[in-house]
Amino acid sequence: MYWIIHLIASFIASAAFAILFNAPKRTLLQCGVSGVIGWMIYLLLLSMGMEAVFSTVAATFLVGVAGQFFARWYKEPVIIFSVAGIIPLVPGGLAYDAMRRFVENEYNLAVQLAAQAFLLSGSIAIGLVLSEVLGQLLIRRKPLRIQVNRQQQ
Amino acid sequence: MNDEAALQVQEPVQVCLLAGKIMLQSGAETYRVEDTMTRMADALGLHGADSFVTPTGILFQSGEADSAKLIRIVARTTDLQKVSAVNNVSRKLGNGEMTSEEAYAELLEIERVKPAYPMSMQIAAAAISSGCFTLMFRGSLADFLPGIVCGGLGFAAFLLLHRLVKVKFFAEFIASLLIGLLAVLLVELHIGRMLDKVIIGSVMPLVPGLLITNAVRDLMAGHLVSGLSRGAEAFLTAFAIGAGVAVVFTLL
Repeated sequence: MYWIIHLIASFIASAAFAILFNAPKRTLLQCGVSGVIGWMIYLLLLSMGMEAVFSTVAATFLVGVAGQFFARWYKEPVIIFSVAGIIPLVPGGLAYDAMRRFVENEYNLAVQLAAQAFLLSGSIAIGLVLSEVLGQLLIRRKPLRIQVNRQQQ
Repeated sequence: MNDEAALQVQEPVQVCLLAGKIMLQSGAETYRVEDTMTRMADALGLHGADSFVTPTGILFQSGEADSAKLIRIVARTTDLQKVSAVNNVSRKLGNGEMTSEEAYAELLEIERVKPAYPMSMQIAAAAISSGCFTLMFRGSLADFLPGIVCGGLGFAAFLLLHRLVKVKFFAEFIASLLIGLLAVLLVELHIGRMLDKVIIGSVMPLVPGLLITNAVRDLMAGHLVSGLSRGAEAFLTAFAIGAGVAVVFTLL
């Protein structure tokens, strides 16, 4: 039950966020899927006792890889899918929590939370960059001349 | 003759600048903007073009002999549709399927187009995602409904205020204040159970998570100025939201 709730919730949350970011309509479903991939892998790794930072890197890496595939398939820039995919992983809640503690004069807790938020966003960036590097190494070799046919239809 | 030659250079430069401006205003990463502009310049025959992009402005020079052009960026949102559309234009230019005039006309059209989703749909999306985030942050099922209500109303308030007052910081502050008040009210009425989860879920549509991540990515890609200024923007937004909610907690 726990997993099913998280699966559905992460799908809807990512797809809804894609609407907030004005993603093209035909990509909403894929945006939801990449959100599910990221969040489920993150939860799975956490439940296996991994650190949050490592889980985030691994999850974003896979989100990035999925984004590369979607981008090839649907001829859209990768950013559309990766942005939607990392939304559940982004430490927005932590950043907010840290700021709240600062404003409430609980500096020790606030600095801890802020450091954690910074590390997590750094690891998201690392995961995305890793997947991009991999994509460039593997995919760039194929010549890309498919778009011409699509234009004529 | 001289004027004509100047006009011929002018047009490709305008195309590149407009493309960069639209992309930057729509929340594309700095390196992607620079990359797209350089590629378009290459396709338009401006070899050796150089650009310097920061979140608040673009400097673009088409060649050694020409003067540099500047475009100021005032407002930034996230609009992936426009990023995708500009990307398409750039690719067509690169494949030689489009002339510079056609590209310019299409870019003007892209800039003019309104968001694909009406405001009511955006608010609904914010509401639903807030509800889902309360669940994902381990809130109980009872917190789903308060999350939807607070998130939707908070985001609606943010959009409305941002239209009235152009200061984004202020709109975020008031919106999160409202979210806090509403969440406390709903929990007092026993409609929601965990106050913290409801508030965190509901502020998620406002929170600058994407900005933070983009800032770190820009820093890693070597765009130090852009990374730091995006980080500052993210910090201010997070501060506004945190302060708004904290005011509620200190009042009670």
